[in-house]
Amino acid sequence: MALVLNEEQRFLRDAAREFLNANAPVEALRKLRDDKDPTGYSSELWHQMAELGWASIILPEEYGGLDFGFTGLGVVMEETGRTLTASPLLASAVVGASALLLAGSEKQKSSLLPKVAAGELTLALALEESHHHRPTHINTTATTEGANIVLNGRKTFVVDGHSADQLLVVARSSGEAESERGLSLLLVPRDAPGVSVQRTIMADSRNAANIVFEQVSVSSDALVGPAGEAWAVLEQVLDRGRVALAAEMLGLALEAFERTVAYLKEREQFGTLIGSFQGLQHRAAQMQAELELCRSVVLQALSTVDDAPEQLPLLASLAKAKLNELVKLVTNEAVQMHGGIGVTDELEIGFFLKRARVAMQIFGDTGFHKDRYATLCGY
Amino acid sequence: MTAPIRRDVLQDLDQFRSEARQWLETNCPESQRQPMQAEDQYYGGRNARFPSADAQLWFERMRDKGWICPEWPTEYGGGGLTPQHAKIIKEEMKAVRARTPLYSLGIWMLGPALLEFGNEEQKQQHIPAIINGEVRWCQGYSEPGSGSDLASLQCKAEDQGDHFLVNGSKIWTTAADKSDWIFCLVRTDPNAKNQEGISFLLIDMDDPGVTTTPIELISGESEFCQTFFDNVKVPKSNLVGELNQGWSVAKALLVHERKLMSELGSESPREVLVPSAAARQYLDMVDGKIADAQLRADLVDYDMTMHAIGLTHFRTFEEKLADTRSAAPLVMKYVGTEAEKTKSELLLAILGSQGLGWEGEGFSQAELDTLRLWAMSKAMTIAGGTSEIQLNVIAKNVLQLPQS
Repeated sequence: MALVLNEEQRFLRDAAREFLNANAPVEALRKLRDDKDPTGYSSELWHQMAELGWASIILPEEYGGLDFGFTGLGVVMEETGRTLTASPLLASAVVGASALLLAGSEKQKSSLLPKVAAGELTLALALEESHHHRPTHINTTATTEGANIVLNGRKTFVVDGHSADQLLVVARSSGEAESERGLSLLLVPRDAPGVSVQRTIMADSRNAANIVFEQVSVSSDALVGPAGEAWAVLEQVLDRGRVALAAEMLGLALEAFERTVAYLKEREQFGTLIGSFQGLQHRAAQMQAELELCRSVVLQALSTVDDAPEQLPLLASLAKAKLNELVKLVTNEAVQMHGGIGVTDELEIGFFLKRARVAMQIFGDTGFHKDRYATLCGY
Repeated sequence: MTAPIRRDVLQDLDQFRSEARQWLETNCPESQRQPMQAEDQYYGGRNARFPSADAQLWFERMRDKGWICPEWPTEYGGGGLTPQHAKIIKEEMKAVRARTPLYSLGIWMLGPALLEFGNEEQKQQHIPAIINGEVRWCQGYSEPGSGSDLASLQCKAEDQGDHFLVNGSKIWTTAADKSDWIFCLVRTDPNAKNQEGISFLLIDMDDPGVTTTPIELISGESEFCQTFFDNVKVPKSNLVGELNQGWSVAKALLVHERKLMSELGSESPREVLVPSAAARQYLDMVDGKIADAQLRADLVDYDMTMHAIGLTHFRTFEEKLADTRSAAPLVMKYVGTEAEKTKSELLLAILGSQGLGWEGEGFSQAELDTLRLWAMSKAMTIAGGTSEIQLNVIAKNVLQLPQS
C-alpha cells in the first residue's frame, strides 16, 4: 500500500502540520529575511525539529535514527513545503546523511551520523560548478600530496553552504571533465584553512553559497567512499534529494493552490464571487488534476527509495520534472488569480513563487530530468 | 483508520492469483490470446454469431467459471468475488494476453446501475441475460438538442395508464443498429424543472415504432446512430427507480462510463502503436537518442504523463481498498481522454506522411489504424461528458467553487 499513507504516517503528518503552523509559519521566513538573519534559519527551531526526530527520520536506529523510511520523510517535507520552513532538513538530514550512510566508513558513520540525527552537526553538499545542474561537470581537483589530499576549485549554489559545519565536496581525482569516472567525495570542515565561503542571497530567502577551495589540505580519512568512485553513490544521493525536494514542492503547490481557491471564494467583482467565473474555474480544475497526478508520482517515488531502489533514477526524474512543472504552473496562476494584491510583498503568495523557482533549479531543472527520463527509457 | 490487509487475506489473494493464472493458462485457447481485429470482438445479443468456435469456447468457459462479471452477485450469475479478486483476474488475463470474451455495455454500464436501482424482477430479467451475452444493450441519453446540457432532453414518455407512450429521438446511440434493448432517459414530467422530470426507462428495440440510422464519422466509422421513437408503447414495469428520479440513476451510471473511458485505449481492437516503440522504428536516432528534439520532448512529456496516470490508477485502487477518498477518480476521465488525444497526435507526428494514409496500398495496417484512431480520439473528450463539463464538475464538486 505504497500510495496511501498508513496510520503512523498520517499521525506524523498531522503532528508536523500542527508544529510548523505554530512555530514556523511563512511569517517566520519573512522575519528571517527582513532581519537579515546571519544563519538564515532559526537554530532553536532546528533543535526542536531534531527533538521531534525529523533530522533522523531516514537513519537506522543504530545511528540514533527513527528508521521511518522515505514515505515518512515525505510527509514532513510536504508540510515544510506548505510553511516554506527554512531549515537544514534537506541539505543535512536527507542529502548529507544519505551520502554518509551510503558511502561512509563505519568509523565515519558511527562518529558523525548520531550527531546529524540529533541536529548537532549539519552537512552541505558542495557539487555544482556552473549555473545549471551538471553533476559530472566537475573541475574541482583532489590531488594526493603525501598522506594528504589537496582540494582546489570553485563551487556555486551550495544549499546551506554558508551555515553547514561540514561540507561534502565532490571533486575530481582523475578523469576528464564531464566523466562519471574519477569523482571523489570528501568531508571538509567549513572553517578549514583555504575554504572561503560567500553567502548568496537568493530569491527564496533561504541559504546558499559560493565556495572557493584554495590549497585545502585534508587527510585521506576525509574521503567518503573510495577515491575516484563516487559517481554511483552520488547519483543515489542526488535522487534521494530530488525525491525529498519533490515532496516539499508538492506541499508548496498544495498550499499556494488552496490559498488561491479560498481567495476565489471571497473576492467579489462585478457584484459576484470571482470563483463563479468559468474562465477561472477551468484553470483551477486543471491544476487540481495536475495535483492529483503529482501526488501519486511523489508517493511512488518516496516508496521506491525504500522498496525498489533499482527503479529510483526513473522515478526521481519523473518526480522532479513533474513537480518542477507543477510548482511553476500553480505559483504563476496563484499570483495571477490574486490579481493586484498577488504582486505585493505583503501577500505571502510571492514567497511561494520565489521558493518554487529556486526549488526548480536544485538538483536539476525540468529539461535535465526530461532528458534523463528519455535516456533511461532508451530514446 | 486504514485497515491494514491481514496476512491471511494476502496469502489467500496470492493463492487465488496462482490458481487464476493456472486456470487461464489451461482454459484460454491459444487463438484467444492473439491481438484482436474489430471483427474478433464478441458483443453478444439476439442476432450475434461468435467470430469463431474458439471464441465461443472461451466465452462459455469464462461464463461457467463466473468470471464474465466476477464481482456481481452469484444469484444473478456473477462470480460473487471481492474487488481484489476481480482485479487479480483482470491482471492475470492481461498477463496471459487473454481476449475480453464479451464486450458489453450491459456489463460496463447498465448492470451496475440495475444492481443498485433496479427491482428484483428487473434484476432477474436482465442481469443473467447480460452475463450470458443474450441481450446487447445501447444507451439513449443525448439528443440532437441536448448534448452537454443533457438535462434539457425532450424525448417524452407519457403516462397512458398501463404503459408509457414514447416519442422523440436519441443521438450517439452506440451500435444501436446492432442492439436489442436501449436504456433511455426520457421526460416524464414536462412541467418540472430540468433534472426533476426525467425517468430512466428500458426499451426493447424490437417494439413497433423504434427505428435507427447510422451516422458516419470523421474516422469513416459509423458506430454511432440516431434512434427514433414514434408512438412506442413501453410497459410500466420497464421503469428503473422512481418516476421522475431517473437523473440519479443516470448520474451513477455516468460514473461508470467515465471510469471506462479513462481506462480505454488498452482495449482497442485496432493495431495500437506504442509511441516510444514507433519512435525507434520511424525516427532517426543519434547515439541512442531521437534526433528530432521537438519530437523527443513531446514523447517524454507523453510518457511521463502516462506514467503519472498509471500510478494514479493504482492509487485510486489502493484508496478504495483502504476505504479512503481523494479527488483522484474525479479527474481521471479528463486526464485520461486528453492523454489519448495527445498520444494520437504524437503518433501522427512520428509516422509523418506514413501516418496519413486513409486506405489501400502503400501503408501497413498499423499505419492505417493509427490515422483512424487519431480521428476517433477526437470523440473521446466529447463523449461521456466533454472535457469542459469534466472541469465544471471538478470545480463544483471538488473545489466547491461558487456556481454562477
